[in-house]
Amino acid sequence: MTPSEILMIPINDWVNDFVRGFLVPNFRPFFRAMQVPVAGLLNALDALFAFIPMLVMTALFAVASWRAVGRGMALFTVIGLCFIDMIGLWAETMTTLSMIVTSVLFCAVIGIPAGILAARSDTTWRIMRPILDIMQTVPSFVYLVPIVMLFGVGMPPGIIATVIFALPPIIRMTNLGLRGVRADLVEAAESFGSTRWQMLWDVQFPLALRTIMAGLNQTLMLALSMVVIAALIGGGGLGLVVNTGLGRLDVGGATAGGIGIVILAIILDRISQGLAERGSDRTSLLSVLKGYVRPQRPATRTA
Amino acid sequence: MTSKLCVTNAMKFFGDRTSEALERLSLGEGKAEIYEATGVTVGVHDVNFEVEQGEIFVIMGLSGSGKSTLVRMLNGLVPPTSGKIRIDGTDIASCTPDVLRDVRRRKIAMVFQHFALFPHRTILENVAYGLKVKGIGTNERLTKARAALEQVGLGAQADSFPAQLSGGMQQRVGIARGLATDAEIILMDEPFGALDPLIRREMQEELLELQRKLRKTIVFITHDLNEAMLLGNRIAIMKDGRFVQVGTPQEIVAQPADDYVAAFMADIDRGRVFTAGDVAQPAVIVNAGSAPATALAQLDRADADAVHVIGAGGLEGVATYRDIARAVRDDGALSDAVQNDMPVTGPDTPLHQLYEAASSGLPVAVTDGEGRLTGVVEPKVVLAHLSGVVPEPEPEKPAA
Ligand SMILES: Nc1ncnc2c1ncn2[C@@H]1O[C@H](COP(=O)(O)OP(=O)(O)O)[C@@H](O)[C@H]1O
Ligand SMILES: [Mg+2]
Repeated sequence: MTPSEILMIPINDWVNDFVRGFLVPNFRPFFRAMQVPVAGLLNALDALFAFIPMLVMTALFAVASWRAVGRGMALFTVIGLCFIDMIGLWAETMTTLSMIVTSVLFCAVIGIPAGILAARSDTTWRIMRPILDIMQTVPSFVYLVPIVMLFGVGMPPGIIATVIFALPPIIRMTNLGLRGVRADLVEAAESFGSTRWQMLWDVQFPLALRTIMAGLNQTLMLALSMVVIAALIGGGGLGLVVNTGLGRLDVGGATAGGIGIVILAIILDRISQGLAERGSDRTSLLSVLKGYVRPQRPATRTA
Repeated sequence: MTSKLCVTNAMKFFGDRTSEALERLSLGEGKAEIYEATGVTVGVHDVNFEVEQGEIFVIMGLSGSGKSTLVRMLNGLVPPTSGKIRIDGTDIASCTPDVLRDVRRRKIAMVFQHFALFPHRTILENVAYGLKVKGIGTNERLTKARAALEQVGLGAQADSFPAQLSGGMQQRVGIARGLATDAEIILMDEPFGALDPLIRREMQEELLELQRKLRKTIVFITHDLNEAMLLGNRIAIMKDGRFVQVGTPQEIVAQPADDYVAAFMADIDRGRVFTAGDVAQPAVIVNAGSAPATALAQLDRADADAVHVIGAGGLEGVATYRDIARAVRDDGALSDAVQNDMPVTGPDTPLHQLYEAASSGLPVAVTDGEGRLTGVVEPKVVLAHLSGVVPEPEPEKPAA
């Protein structure tokens, strides 16, 4: 005799009832409304990237690589982007780029404040932590279904799925970075009568910036890894190329899409990592940004 | 309530079962027993003291005795479990967060053991931090910060980053940051603890120099007794969260309250604690016109070896028993026995600087600002104090 012979738990029915019978009828307008800002930003970026000529875009990326990493990376960027253009995937790449930028921006806008809240209160962190654990352990395919039920199909739901998938690292790393700021520095700021905002802005955030940037890099990479999956529910771009190729057993097409994703991933990864490392030298938001505009100058710190 | 800083019945427990801990404390249980039984750490237990404007109040004790906890209670970084902490009459233990912030911005600054400089800001920006928090405009705060930095002799380092400076320099920046806000009270938690001994000495002198100019109210934490003795106008000895003795350095060395304090005093550099004035005895004097026999009689009565001779112009010289005895035998005048070249010192000279004068064998004359003889220091007293064997309580300073 096994437990299932005594009692069957109809968990699938429960979830179906909950989602179909409660969430969808009652909250559909709410979930639909959530898509508006996502769709707005996505369309704006998509239009912008489509508008910028391929050569100008390549030049912009090359300069960014050069500033953040170095000359070799700039060269790789130029060659990689030209290659993408030559295999005929430039437009798809730009669509993917706008999806990723949108996702990462939403992750930052949600994740950094969430991380700040988590760092400020142990209770908040205790509540948030298991949620993040679940978000990271549930396979991404699993929540595509409820997302489709709630949001429908198309690009914005794809972005929302990506945001959910890519959000945990930026929250975790913001929390970690802020909590890791030396206690005596926080004490010093407090002893001079700083408000919590002054402390956050002048001391904690700049000192945690490197860790936060590392979190942003991880988030970016997760967002990239989601493009193929998001294409299953209507996302476009390189993910769609891969999916279509697989669906039609067109190995060549799928490979081309895959190569495009890899090249884009390498470029974005190195640039964002370079940014994070810059953050460790300057450790102030403003000086990182300034350093990005001004020519590169070797760090002058001695131990 | 004239004191700058007034602490009454300050208590700090770390842990949840504080009322139980309090009960056990009142039954006389020790810190370790209470921790065993309740998991509550007694950080500070019923501490009372006042610090006057312009005073350096030193708190010393072994590590873990609650010094940091106590000093952090003074600016509310650690909220007391109970008790009052009044700064210019405002109780910061019970005030609103806004009032506390205001007190921190205007009245009290802190200097940290590991400097706690912001690594991402320049030295000048570090010093200006307290002013920035107050909302003072960029130009004014940088001007003020520069002035504070000049005071500690680091004007040239304004644009460096903390990591580029040596430990001693970094702590000067920490002090400048405290001075920049014009806070009247400065809390220093083992500020020189992380510096090597030579730099440490230097910093102590500099702090005293600054204090002579600025007359701040300073609460200074240290576990180095010599540092405490050098800097403190008064010293509190702390053990297991309590003050076991509070007093001037001389009082504490001369009259340790218990074995714990006495053990501390064992390795003290007494030569720096006691001054000529502290150990001086009443001088044996005669008038310059007296007969040698009178002088000899004086010496016999006082059981002393040398007499100081006072003339119309004040202190003229010193005469030893032997020389006077010879003058009596040879039927000479007292002036034949007088040596005009004698050791003289001021009352504030530390004993370790008297060693050389004392080695002449003559009593060292202690004179006030106008050259009047106020007492003498016998060579044997200097040596006794330096070796830690105090022969008798100082006659001029009855025990407090
Ligand atoms: N935040 C804290 N939580 C628990 N116990 C603490 C805390 N801070 C200090 N203590 C305890 O309080 C006692 C006094 O510590 P402290 O004030 O740092 O001593 P000191 O500065 O004299 O070395 C120690 O037993 C220490 O373990
Ligand atoms: Mg301490």
